[in-house]
Amino acid sequence: MSDQSKRSYTENEAHTNKQLALYTGIWLVTTAVLAFGPKLIWDFSVGITIASIIANLIAGGFLIFANIKHLNSLDELGRKIFLDSAAITLGVMLVVGVCYELVFFTGLLYEFTPRIAHLYFLMGFTFLLSTYLGHRKYK
Amino acid sequence: MKNRLKVLRAQRDWTQADLAEKLGVSRQTVNAIEKGKFDPSLPLAFRVSKLFTLMIEEIFEDNEQ
Repeated sequence: MSDQSKRSYTENEAHTNKQLALYTGIWLVTTAVLAFGPKLIWDFSVGITIASIIANLIAGGFLIFANIKHLNSLDELGRKIFLDSAAITLGVMLVVGVCYELVFFTGLLYEFTPRIAHLYFLMGFTFLLSTYLGHRKYK
Repeated sequence: MKNRLKVLRAQRDWTQADLAEKLGVSRQTVNAIEKGKFDPSLPLAFRVSKLFTLMIEEIFEDNEQ
């Protein structure tokens, strides 16, 4: 019998939540190191930069795996809320992302440089909001 | 979909958390099913049926019937 089947639903969900938080944290640290390391720590040394990129991708792989494990640990309602939120986030990202790019090319935002970070923020915010609303709906 | 989950649970003096534990789902799921906000999948309906030793149609009732 696996550890997963020995634990109750609540214990298993808490366990996969912790794992997801841990791997998200590790991925964030490797991303920060990759973003600021070349300039502030190792003066653009190519070897260390490549190692940092590989570490970031590996951490990202573990993050994706932890996310899949977390999704599989949820019960059917939890999975529905998660997938609904993912669908809403995907739709918002597509619509706003395309519009954001097109508005820039029309010249309306000439004093403003579009950055992918704005879309990451929107993606996180949309997912959190739609997950919260999903949980409220079935409360 | 209407159901008798709340009545059956109360007859056994189980809390929503007790029932959730026995079914391997969250308390939120039990609550949502009891309130008719969420329809369980067929495998979960079978687990409910097995737990209460009743037939599925004795627990769940289609609204259109």
